[in-house]
Amino acid sequence: MGDVLLDVRELTVHHGQLCAIDNVSFELNRGEVLTMIGANGAGKSTLLRTIAGLHHPTSGSIDFEGVDVTKWQPHKRVARGISLVPEGRRLFSTMTLEENLLVGAGQSKTGPFTVQRVYELFDWMPSRRKQRVWQLSGGEQQAVAIGRALVANPKVLLLDELSLGLAPIIVERIYALVPEIVAQGVSILIVEQDVAQGVTVADRVHCLLEGKTSLTGVPADLTSEQIDHAYFGADLTKISVPTEVSE
Amino acid sequence: MIWVNVIIQGILVGGFYALFACGLSLMFGVLKVINLAHGDMAVVAAYVAVLLSPHLHIAMVWSFLIVVPIFGLLGYVLQRTLIQRSIDRDPFTTLLVTFGLSVIIENLLLELYTANGRTVNIGSIIAQSWHPGSIVYISYVSLVVLAAAVLVLAVLQLFLSKSRTGRLIRAVADDREAAQLSGANYKHIFGIAAAIAFATVALAGIAYGMMTQFAPTSGGVNLLFAFEAVVVGGIGSLWGTLVGGIALGVAQQFGAHVNPQYQVLAGNLLFLLVLAVRPQGLFGKKTALA
Repeated sequence: MGDVLLDVRELTVHHGQLCAIDNVSFELNRGEVLTMIGANGAGKSTLLRTIAGLHHPTSGSIDFEGVDVTKWQPHKRVARGISLVPEGRRLFSTMTLEENLLVGAGQSKTGPFTVQRVYELFDWMPSRRKQRVWQLSGGEQQAVAIGRALVANPKVLLLDELSLGLAPIIVERIYALVPEIVAQGVSILIVEQDVAQGVTVADRVHCLLEGKTSLTGVPADLTSEQIDHAYFGADLTKISVPTEVSE
Repeated sequence: MIWVNVIIQGILVGGFYALFACGLSLMFGVLKVINLAHGDMAVVAAYVAVLLSPHLHIAMVWSFLIVVPIFGLLGYVLQRTLIQRSIDRDPFTTLLVTFGLSVIIENLLLELYTANGRTVNIGSIIAQSWHPGSIVYISYVSLVVLAAAVLVLAVLQLFLSKSRTGRLIRAVADDREAAQLSGANYKHIFGIAAAIAFATVALAGIAYGMMTQFAPTSGGVNLLFAFEAVVVGGIGSLWGTLVGGIALGVAQQFGAHVNPQYQVLAGNLLFLLVLAVRPQGLFGKKTALA
């Protein structure tokens, strides 16, 4: 490895007064899958949105393929090869499945992913391509959201909370696609609350706690106690659970 | 037969309302900006047509061929500068800025060209009409304006649903952030939508100048009717705007037939009735995706 694709340096992001990301640094190598885990409000989504260009950092830098993209607008980053599948899917609700994919392919670079290729990846799609997306199930909508990002032929795919609101079996099926996408030369940065799912597909894990890095490492080297501690910020075994509620 | 005439006259004027309103609907649907200077832009376009034609040695009736593209360009530039800057602050600012524009335009026109009424001179055809029934007169000019409105709406609908740029405009209207994440430069798309809005309202302004007299303050009342047409038809639906415009026109003609003073009142009552019974408008959609 060692071929750094995305280099985030000392990134700090504020939402008004609130410091959402506090001095976070990490690298994503070419062909790697990195999973960011952390509890609600740890700053994971903010981090992805900042990398995609939807938030502007207070300080720090984001380098992509050696180019400083910190001040770039989102559409320029897409053209350069950074695509985000946003939390909550955010499909174009008045459009058909196919139109959603065509919008994603509109500014596309040449690469392995075309609308046709996405139809092969999700074989249920062709027969329903003329349907409005609100008629699709949550899992199907998530697949369309991933397809819409893939047809832009990104070099790095940012996946934000894929599991949100989906049944575990559907989540498993969606994560089963990750190796197939990586095989096409795409690096993936995953943000996930569902730790088990996120860690299974990861080459490396990065844990955020209240906006700060609390743990980094290779999944095989990490114990679940370490992850729990980094995730919750406390050693769960040492927390005494009150047996009686005081009046 | 008298009611047939009332309905026909209502449809004719409704076509004009729809032409006037479609730009307003587009600006609101895509940019989420309520352009309070929309009516004044129409008036400016009519003035430009009247004042420019003698210099260019063209008949006033053809002035739209020059004025409409100029206003398209003006719309793009105004969006990328003034309106975008106010969008970047907050939605309330866009109201204040476009209201300010409206005041400036009206007073500038009054100062430069007085309050006297003017018309876009199209010669003797203005007085000619088709006379299919005993008391039914269909003015050729109104008929041409209705045809133009239907043509503009049809082309716009086709453009939005079939073309790549039209698809991007719909994407930005649906979800601006998601469109950016799909590679769309939303400010450019906003500019294109504003260009279309300004071009159509320029055409509407010139059509208005052909049908009747206009003065610096003619924009306001037409803006009100345009609002009503959009709300009655349903926001975000172009054919809805046409139906809304025609419904408004017919209601006004009915009111005027009962008593000329009731013309505007009847239109307003229809507007209130639709708001009370079907707030999303006749063709409006409730948001399907939560």
